[in-house]
Amino acid sequence: MLAPAGGMDRGYAPSGRRSDAVPVRLLEMGDAAILVETGGIDDVLVLAPALDDLARSGDPELAEVTDIVPAARTVLLVAGPTADLARIAARVRRLAADIDRGASRSEERVVEIPVRYDGPDLDEVASLTMLSPQEVVVAHTGTLWRVGFGGFAPGFAYLVGGDSRLAVPRRSSPRTAVPVGAVGLAGEFSGIYPRSSPGGWQLIGTTDVVLWDADRDPPALLQPGSTVRFVEVP
Amino acid sequence: MSGERALEVIQPGVLALLQDDGRVGHMSVGVGRAGAVDHGAYELANRLVGNLPGQAALEVTLGGLRVRAHTDLYAALTGAPTAARVDGRPVAHCALLRLRAGAELVLGLPEAGLRTYLAVRGGFDVDPVLGSRSTDTMSGLGPPCLAEGMVLPVGDACGPLPRINHAPVSTPERDVVTVRVTPGPRRDWFADPHQLGSVEWAVSPKSDRKGVRLIGGSVERHPDVVDVELPSEGMVRGAIQVPPNGEPVIFLNDHPVTGGYPVIGVVRTPDIDRVAQLAPGQRVRLRWEGRR
Repeated sequence: MLAPAGGMDRGYAPSGRRSDAVPVRLLEMGDAAILVETGGIDDVLVLAPALDDLARSGDPELAEVTDIVPAARTVLLVAGPTADLARIAARVRRLAADIDRGASRSEERVVEIPVRYDGPDLDEVASLTMLSPQEVVVAHTGTLWRVGFGGFAPGFAYLVGGDSRLAVPRRSSPRTAVPVGAVGLAGEFSGIYPRSSPGGWQLIGTTDVVLWDADRDPPALLQPGSTVRFVEVP
Repeated sequence: MSGERALEVIQPGVLALLQDDGRVGHMSVGVGRAGAVDHGAYELANRLVGNLPGQAALEVTLGGLRVRAHTDLYAALTGAPTAARVDGRPVAHCALLRLRAGAELVLGLPEAGLRTYLAVRGGFDVDPVLGSRSTDTMSGLGPPCLAEGMVLPVGDACGPLPRINHAPVSTPERDVVTVRVTPGPRRDWFADPHQLGSVEWAVSPKSDRKGVRLIGGSVERHPDVVDVELPSEGMVRGAIQVPPNGEPVIFLNDHPVTGGYPVIGVVRTPDIDRVAQLAPGQRVRLRWEGRR
């Protein structure tokens, strides 16, 4: 009764023919979506943009895909209710097996985010990371970050690829209201609150940049795959 | 009264929202689909008044809506029947209605089901956000909830009236509802996925457009993953997430774009409209089956 349906995987063995292929496991997600599980965020950052490019280029096998949703380890493909999921699955497998990890996409512009490092958790982050507050700022501004995925709220982006010393746990008790523009850290991620909301991230600074404006095209400042540099301002 | 085609809200009831087909293609920046949760009932309402697919209608939860027509309007009510009246006279459900200028339409409580759709000929002509006039209760995008005194502009008719004026569709079920579920991506996170199908669940009053919460049983995690945290992953309408307390949540249109609890199964698309009509306290059974 629970047998996997056409084109889907059951076991944990990742597929892949070449050393630079992205290992994928295709999981059932109802009759109008497929969840593609990869080895982790590095694979997602290769596979999701490649799928997006392919769908935008008019690939007929992905014509019915309406949304491509990267996350920490997975890429969700949402299709119309009449889509042939087995055909989409086959295309995903082919792409994952043939993907060229070395090929960088057309050079992304770097989005600069000016930040006042005045966050209420800056001292806590310094003590957790055994850095001084100024060293936290230098680490946060010293590397390029990349948009890994979104999903928490319109315009919110989980930024990855930062200085590994900045990995900190979430706050033990979340704040009921984090102000708009707050710049935070949680786990390996950094992020900016696009609007006021409850939240458990460690807040290290504030920015005035508008992350989400429904009247702007595109509304989200940070798109999947965008590159971000934080810049300290007084 | 002015000659502008419009419908005025006298009383919104518990929750009345503008909805259409929803927003497609923005999930990767954190914007979900929203849209009418009982999509079939919404589409029927539009068809009865000769609207094009996708024109905005009202989604009324638990009845109680009172509206007044500013001009002569054609309208139709579908979904949960509510013993509706126009100027005190009972009117038919799933039928073309004529509202004269100044006429007052009042919805009672649903006799079965939860959500009633009201379409008017020409559609509600509010400003779209990202291509949709739907209110997304998760992200806050789209028009505000209906409130007393709000005047909803109505667009011009753009299609012929249909040749039928009544649709004999079945009304939402009052008794135990059985919905079909296909295996989800994380069914192996559970000790016995069949627990989901063996319980007669009850619908929690905490259910909303984000999800239908089920109570009255529990689906246990597999001992290997009891304290394991699942990295957030993309979610779909109809996905059944099971948080650590074991009580399943069936996602509806305003679900979070990503979620961190394992999805044990997914409701088949044709059955999700019936989930959207489940009233608090109603009983529901989930029946496992293959995907196709």
